[in-house]
Amino acid sequence: MTDAYGVVSRPVRLDYTFTAGKALSRFLTIIEGGKIIGQRCPKCAKVYVPARGSCPTCGVATAEAVEVKDRGIVTTFCIVNIPFPGMAVKPPFAAASVLLDGADIAIFHLLQEVPVENVRMGLRVEAVWKPASEMEMSMESIAYFKPTGEPDAPYDSYKDLL
Amino acid sequence: MSNRVAVIGVGQTKYASKRPDVSIAGLLREAAQRALDDAGLTYADIDAVVIGKAPDMFEGVMMPELYLADALGANGKPIMRVHTAGSVGGSTAIVASHLVEAGIHERVLTVAFEKQSESDAMWALTVRPPFQPSTVGGAGGYFAPYIRAYMRRSGAPADTGMRTVVKDRLNALKNPYAHLHQPDITLEQVAASPMLWDPIRYAETCPSSDGACAMVLASESAAAKAPGKPAWVHGTAMRSEPTMFAGRDQVNPQAGQDCARDVYKAAGITNPRKEIDCAEIYVPFSWFEAMWMENLGIAPLGEGWKMVQEGATGMDGDFPVNMSGGVLSSNPIGASGMIRYAEAAMQVRGTAGEHQLDGVRKAMGHAYGGGSQFFSMWIVGSEKP
Ligand SMILES: [Zn+2]
Repeated sequence: MTDAYGVVSRPVRLDYTFTAGKALSRFLTIIEGGKIIGQRCPKCAKVYVPARGSCPTCGVATAEAVEVKDRGIVTTFCIVNIPFPGMAVKPPFAAASVLLDGADIAIFHLLQEVPVENVRMGLRVEAVWKPASEMEMSMESIAYFKPTGEPDAPYDSYKDLL
Repeated sequence: MSNRVAVIGVGQTKYASKRPDVSIAGLLREAAQRALDDAGLTYADIDAVVIGKAPDMFEGVMMPELYLADALGANGKPIMRVHTAGSVGGSTAIVASHLVEAGIHERVLTVAFEKQSESDAMWALTVRPPFQPSTVGGAGGYFAPYIRAYMRRSGAPADTGMRTVVKDRLNALKNPYAHLHQPDITLEQVAASPMLWDPIRYAETCPSSDGACAMVLASESAAAKAPGKPAWVHGTAMRSEPTMFAGRDQVNPQAGQDCARDVYKAAGITNPRKEIDCAEIYVPFSWFEAMWMENLGIAPLGEGWKMVQEGATGMDGDFPVNMSGGVLSSNPIGASGMIRYAEAAMQVRGTAGEHQLDGVRKAMGHAYGGGSQFFSMWIVGSEKP
C-alpha cells in the first residue's frame, strides 16, 4: 500500500442570506415590477445601475433615483462555448456588457435571439423580461437581452464605458 | 530610513495537475524546506511566517494559516495570512518584506500555494448574488470581453496572443518546475485549439496546477551570513481599485498604472524598458502580455502587441518576459504571484538554471488579481539598492 494515497471527496453546500441595504433593496423591489432604477452621484453626476447607495469614485452617498431604459448598447462581449455549473442556457451563447440608455456603467447579461456570429460591439439590444409569475427580486427577472434592430452605436459613443 | 531586504532562499515544488502524494501541508513544507536549504537555514532560524493563498472556498479549507502553522515550523512564532485574490502570492511576499524592512524581524519565511486538484474554483466563484446574473463561468469568461476590447482598441494582429503562448510554453521547456512541457507547440496548433470563451482559445489559457512557492527574506546582516548570493529588494508597491465604477478601464486599469509608477519610483527607475533587464509578469490568458506591457508603461499605449510581434519579450529580446514559462505554463493560483517574484529574484541571483539570462542586474515581479482589481509588484537587483 506504500504507493496508494487516500483522496476522499467531501461535499460543501452553501446557502447564504443577503442583506441588500437601502439602495439595492429599492433596485430589487423595482426590478421585480419590470423597471430598472439607478442612482445619480451628487458629485460626479454618473448614474449607477444597480446603485449601491454610494459612488465608488467620489466616496459620497447617492440618493437621487433615476429610472434607466431597459435597452442599450453591447459595449463588449464573449461567446461562451463550454458548459459550467449553474448556467442559464446551453452553449454557445453570448454574454455581454450592456450599457443601458441613461446609465454610466454597463451591466453584464445574456444575449439571445441572435446567432453568436452576429453579436458585435455596438449592437443595440433590449431586455426580454420573464413572465409576471417568474419575476423575482433579482437581475434574473430579465431573461436575456435581444437585438432591437436599430443601427449600431458608433464606437466613440461607448468606448470609455466598457 | 528603512532597512534593506534581501531574498536569500527560494524553493518551489514541481507544478502538476495533481499531487495526491502530499497533503496541502506537505506541499507547502516541500517548498519551504527547499527555500530553507537554499538559505542554509532551518525552521529554528525563522522569526515569522507569512503565508498566502487565493480564496479559502477554493479548497474548502477555512483559515489555512491555523491548520498550516505547525507544518511551517511556526509554533510559538508570529504567523499571518494575506489575501488579495490572484495577486496574493505577490502581496504575501511584499508583506513579508515589510516585516524585515521595518526592522521587526531578521528572517521571515513566506509561502504561497494552491492545490487546484482539491479545489473547485468555478464553484467558489459562482455565488449568484441577486444584482448580477450568472453568465460567464470562471475567470476566462470574465476576462474575454476585455481582451476583445483590447483587440478593438489597439487593432493588434489576431495572432498576437498565440505568439505569447508559444513563446512562454517554449520557455517552460527550460524550467524543470513548469507544469506544461509541450516541446512540439506551434502557432498552428494553438490556432486550431477550441475557443472556450471567444476570443480565448483553450491553448491560450493557463493550466490548473497544484504547487507552492517559498522564499526566505532577510535583513542586511542576515543576508551577509547567507551561503548564496542575495537578491536585493529595490522597491515594492501595491494598489487596488473598486470592482466597478463608471468609466473603469479594465483593459488598462488605473491601479496597475499607479502601481507601476510607484514601484519604479521606489526603485529609482526612470526608463523601465531600458533599466529593467527582464520581468516575470502575471499572464493567465495570452493577450495579457501585450496588455500589461502598456499598463506597465514598458510599451507606448496601443503598442504592447508590437513588443510581442517583434519578439521583444522573447528570451533574446530587449525586454524578456516570463523566462520561466509564466502563468501560461504553471498556475497554482495563490502561488502564481510569488513564483513571479521568486523567478525575478533567481534571475538577479544567477540561479535560474537553463532559463537564466546573462548579466541580469534588475528584474521585476508582477501579479494581479480579482477582476484586475489588485496589483502588486516588486523590483529586485543583484546589487544593494
Ligand atoms: Zn461620483
